[in-house]
Amino acid sequence: MAENEKNMNTGLVIDEEANKGIGAALSSLWQLLWRDKSGLLGLVMFLIVVFAAIAAPLISPYDPLDQEISQSKEPPAWKEKGDVSHLLGTDTLGRDIASRIIYGSRVSVTVGFLGVSMAFSLGMMIGLISGYKGGRTDNIIMTVVNMVLSLPYLVFVVFVAAVLGNSLLNVILIFGLTDIPVFVRVTRGEVLKLREEGFIEAAKSVGIKTPRIIFRHIMPNLLGPLITLATFEMSAMIFYEAGLGFLGLSVPPSVPSWGNMLAMGRQYLTVYPWMSVYPGLAIVFTGFGMNLLGDWLRDVLDPRMRRMKK
Amino acid sequence: MVKYIATRVTYSIILLIGVLFIVFMLLHLTGDPVSLMVSRQASPDEIAQLREQLGFNRPLVIQFADFVKGAVQGDFGDSFRYRQPAMELVLQRVPATIQLASVALFMAIVMGVTMGILGGSNPNSFLDAAARGLGLLGQTIPTFWLGLILILVFALNLGWFPTYGRETFTFLGLKLPDKSIVLPAFALSLFTTGQLVRFTRSAVMEVRNEDYVRTAHSKGLPRLRIYLKYILRNAAIPLISIIGVQFSYLLSGSIYIETIFSWPGLGNLLAEAVGTRDFFLVQATAFFTSLVVIGLHLLTDLIYVLVDPRIRYE
Repeated sequence: MAENEKNMNTGLVIDEEANKGIGAALSSLWQLLWRDKSGLLGLVMFLIVVFAAIAAPLISPYDPLDQEISQSKEPPAWKEKGDVSHLLGTDTLGRDIASRIIYGSRVSVTVGFLGVSMAFSLGMMIGLISGYKGGRTDNIIMTVVNMVLSLPYLVFVVFVAAVLGNSLLNVILIFGLTDIPVFVRVTRGEVLKLREEGFIEAAKSVGIKTPRIIFRHIMPNLLGPLITLATFEMSAMIFYEAGLGFLGLSVPPSVPSWGNMLAMGRQYLTVYPWMSVYPGLAIVFTGFGMNLLGDWLRDVLDPRMRRMKK
Repeated sequence: MVKYIATRVTYSIILLIGVLFIVFMLLHLTGDPVSLMVSRQASPDEIAQLREQLGFNRPLVIQFADFVKGAVQGDFGDSFRYRQPAMELVLQRVPATIQLASVALFMAIVMGVTMGILGGSNPNSFLDAAARGLGLLGQTIPTFWLGLILILVFALNLGWFPTYGRETFTFLGLKLPDKSIVLPAFALSLFTTGQLVRFTRSAVMEVRNEDYVRTAHSKGLPRLRIYLKYILRNAAIPLISIIGVQFSYLLSGSIYIETIFSWPGLGNLLAEAVGTRDFFLVQATAFFTSLVVIGLHLLTDLIYVLVDPRIRYE
């Protein structure tokens, strides 16, 4: 405990770990991951989805757009009349559902990854300015941020999507831009806390210039909370994208995506339920994995929590 | 206190003006609102005529002034499809959505807060694991899929509830929904249940370690009394603002559930208006939902001050 306190006061913990080199850092990360099985499970689930998205043409048994009318409306393999050639069955146009789910992960992962990257980078920049400059700049930025965050999000997302029309780029832009305020708020909160820390004051007093303070001393400390936030936001974005698809407002209906599959399946819910059950399970799988991963990251990347766990 | 209330009210009004601006600008996002509203086969003459008729050929500033003038009087133009004032249509749908969101909120509070208290006061027990599981489920099951699964299981296979629609009965002159509200409300509530479980659980865990709770225990006060008077009361304060936020989430989240269950509320109206490109109706729905949400936020902020005497706003 005494040693911990010493570390806390001088802010040496991070430096010590950085000096051990990348290899050591990775191995200590692996140890943390191995100790917490739910985090490991989350990571594995997330990687499966990413792998499916990247390797879709290699692992999917059929072309997701191939229509085989003679084999349409086939139930999953383990059901009566099911056939192993189409593991999760086929839809009303005879397209293989498993293949469409695998290809559908591409839309989800792309929207989630690009949308979050956009919101992350822009949100962090605006948040840094807001938190570090303070004063009137901060007031104006935070008023706008709080205004946007207090609106009924889904209603406006649906509105914008309807005006802009169906396309992957539009969906990414909508989520990337509307998610900026969340990142601004978290970044600003962290910057405000950091600004009062001893090591920032020390850096200022020895005459280090503002950009260097921001990039060398503040930004590395922001990454932990922001990466955690990014995990949760990415999972939320994947949900929202599927939701838009469900309302017919995401990528064009011809593109295989989980939301589009649900929208189509819904029309045949009473007769061919598997058309909507399995795409939904893919969304649940992704969301479950990312939430486990996010919870774990929150614990591990927060240094105070890490000490408590040891 | 009076000053705080005045500031909050002013802020809400500014916010509403901001909403009007956004709602107006969104329609002009692509530059030509008329092209959004007409079918693809429309001739250039027809488009020009409609543009003239709706006043979209005037300068934007004048259009906005006109829009605000109409909006404060509740006039958002006529719906193309229904040939009725858009706001009138919106107001007709309000009761159904409020009922749905209220029942969902009630379900979420009963399940979420109960499980949160049980989990938070017995850390690392079976109950705690159940509470954490429920919290995770709420966050990982999308509402729109849950609705479909509920229909599949409880309406189609078991036949306990109708698959869609809103059946009502009259009680004391009020039209109230019957059991047809159970499935949509439950599907809508699960996300909020998850949030409330997580929140209540950590609030209870935090408060039960406070010094005054230890003092109460050492004084020999009965456990139940400690829970009701010391722990829950203090854990409840932040819960109020969460519930306010969640209710506004339920209002906008109803768009999926109302679509799936053909529930004749605001969400259903919005989805329908978007589908038929009835943009005046979309504007009216978006503005009205924002109005309710902003009002709710204001209300929760004010209740917050009343409930927690420690909070002093200057």
